[in-house]
Amino acid sequence: MQSSSRHPAGSPHTKPRRGGDFGSYGRGLPALSIATVVVITVTLALVFFYAPLEAEQGFLQKIFYVHVPLAIIALCGFVLGGVFGAVHLRTRDSRWDMRSYVAIHMSLIFAVAALITGSIWAKGSWGHWWVWSEPTLVSFLIVFLLYATYQPLRFAIEDPERQARYASVFAITAGAFVPMNFIAVRLSTAYLHPRVLGSTSNLPPRMAFTFLMSLFGMALLFATLCKYELTAKHARAQLRALRRQADARAGAHSSAGWAGGAQRRRPRSAAPTQLPATRMSARAAGRPGS
Amino acid sequence: MSAGTDVPVSAGTEARSRGERRAPPSSSVRPDPPGLAATVAALLRKELLVELRTLESVPGMSLFAVTTFVVFHFALNRNSVEGDLASGILWVTLLFAAILGVNRLFVADAEEGGFDGFLLAPVDRSAMFVSKALALLAYLVVLELVAVPAFSLLLLGPSLGQALPGLLAVLALGDIGVAVIGTLVAALAVRTRARDLLGALLALPLLVPVVIGGARATAPLFSLTHATGPAVRWLLTLGLYDLVFGLIAFALFDFLLED
Amino acid sequence: MTALLLEGLARHFGEREALGDVSLSLGEGQTLVVFGPNGAGKSTLLRVLATLLRPHAGQVRVLGSELPQEAWAVRGRIGLLGHEPLLYRQLSARENLRFHARLHGVGETRVEELLAAVAMTDRSSEAVRTLSRGMLQRVAVARAVLHDPELLLLDEPYANLDPAAVELVRPLIGATSGHTRVICSHDPSGGLAEADVVLGLRAGRVALVAAAHDVQPDAIAELYR
Repeated sequence: MQSSSRHPAGSPHTKPRRGGDFGSYGRGLPALSIATVVVITVTLALVFFYAPLEAEQGFLQKIFYVHVPLAIIALCGFVLGGVFGAVHLRTRDSRWDMRSYVAIHMSLIFAVAALITGSIWAKGSWGHWWVWSEPTLVSFLIVFLLYATYQPLRFAIEDPERQARYASVFAITAGAFVPMNFIAVRLSTAYLHPRVLGSTSNLPPRMAFTFLMSLFGMALLFATLCKYELTAKHARAQLRALRRQADARAGAHSSAGWAGGAQRRRPRSAAPTQLPATRMSARAAGRPGS
Repeated sequence: MSAGTDVPVSAGTEARSRGERRAPPSSSVRPDPPGLAATVAALLRKELLVELRTLESVPGMSLFAVTTFVVFHFALNRNSVEGDLASGILWVTLLFAAILGVNRLFVADAEEGGFDGFLLAPVDRSAMFVSKALALLAYLVVLELVAVPAFSLLLLGPSLGQALPGLLAVLALGDIGVAVIGTLVAALAVRTRARDLLGALLALPLLVPVVIGGARATAPLFSLTHATGPAVRWLLTLGLYDLVFGLIAFALFDFLLED
Repeated sequence: MTALLLEGLARHFGEREALGDVSLSLGEGQTLVVFGPNGAGKSTLLRVLATLLRPHAGQVRVLGSELPQEAWAVRGRIGLLGHEPLLYRQLSARENLRFHARLHGVGETRVEELLAAVAMTDRSSEAVRTLSRGMLQRVAVARAVLHDPELLLLDEPYANLDPAAVELVRPLIGATSGHTRVICSHDPSGGLAEADVVLGLRAGRVALVAAAHDVQPDAIAELYR
């Protein structure tokens, strides 16, 4: 079940990954960004000009088109982070850990945005910045508090492999927690108070269409931002690997010495910074001169 | 070329002449690795033995609970509480006392090399999760044996009497949830820096559904109208939580132990 | 029969390479002695062989089983004596050994046998934290050989032991015990005397690997320069 990378005996070094690896992350990014901008622009137009004004809450109700999609996408993102974490544990490929990290990181940002927009909506229609009777808002607060510990947890573990593994365990547990939490909070508020911010079912068609467009736009935005972050991280990791190779080569050409002497001290980080391929090529360059 | 070429095995036979090398003694020891249940039993026995010797978890947790009730009395300025308030105070106190126990759960193993000793054994590694969760469960039961009577004495208005079986059922289900999550979180936090803080920060949000289910189920039991029993809805919620996270923690625990 | 077969073993911690391209083979019943300065990777190598650390590259075959996939098959047949005694300080020597015995499925008579063999029967009911370092090491030796492992992994086993104690443990972990052994040592002459194969590590890389009778003590001293 576990896959440990193998070297056939006597092979001097692995084939270095083609530059296309950078491309595999960056590929499609421009197209995706354009699609996102287009859909969001269209959605904004729909929200302001196409969707009908709601009777009770008036213009403020339009925040619903931002708040609810943010919430839904954030939830999906957290669960996705858990799925990626599970794949990481299964395949021991650190790229999945990077994906898990980025998904959770981005979802946390979306969750904060959902909390803020939800709070604005609550203030506008109920007069309070916070309402306990809105299960979505409450669940989000709990989920936010949980995922806010993700980065401190990562930062508290120094060994990168262990950090990734523990983070994946956390991501899976927290990912399973999200729906569980929603059920529990829903149950605890449902029969006591009516939903303050309105239900998302039984929407008239024009509202429903606008809502779906907004949801689609949010999903695209999430995907684009994640892709940006992944590409940036990947590029940085490759840069670091190249730098290490150059250092090691410089170290090997100097007096017969320790391969370890030329290694650079890197500050601890809470984010995954390594890629599987990079270690192998570094090894090839760092041979002792004997 | 690599400096590590194979050394021919024949080099060993020459070296054999150097010292008297007897053939391996016929082993009088026939190791028979234990199955999951036997491993859990061995581990649990060790856990409870260490706890009995050091008494570092249970007395502290119990004392903390009683002290907290006193603090609540002064903080709320009430002589007796009932219903929602009573239920809340009891559950919050139990939760925080449990966190104290969670923080100590793996410390002895981490500091005294207990992980290595266990990892070297030819046993199913999930046994450690089961044994630790059972141990924590045992500590929680003892905690409640002290805390619930203390609560009834110090703060609770209505008498427990008829509500007791219902309360025990809710506490049992809640304890399982706390034990499962507590063990998982303790294992996550123990080999990090700032382990106590991280343990609490991780455990509290994860345990919110337990608090919801537990407190909501207990509230009618503490009311003056003496409800008959906890609402089934909450027992089911707690049960579902226990099942889901029990399975997840059992499956994931291995990954926390290995290197 | 080959007890150990390593080809290009590599293990790193983050970006630091702890072991790189380590290759060697060791026959059954033989003794491998590993020399090297601190930080050279000796303990890491031992831990990889003990299945406590996964190899990150290369091939590792211990007692016929491939690591890490078949680690479960090997675990009960390896005994590790590391820097930590792996004993719970609050429990007595007997309780600790019985605990390990249960984990390995070994009977209690064996525990008593070993306590007598390391001359710890008198102090066997006292908490381990009251024992001196030398006594701790003796109990740790007992723990390591409790399940009569085929392969012994010893990290400076005679450290903390007075000469009398060394004689006590020799039958258990010494050359005459019949086990295949891997020993990490800082003692060039003593280590060399016990070795069939010598491995010298420096910065995680193999600086020297040869049959013991081909190795001069100077070569070992070179490693530490």
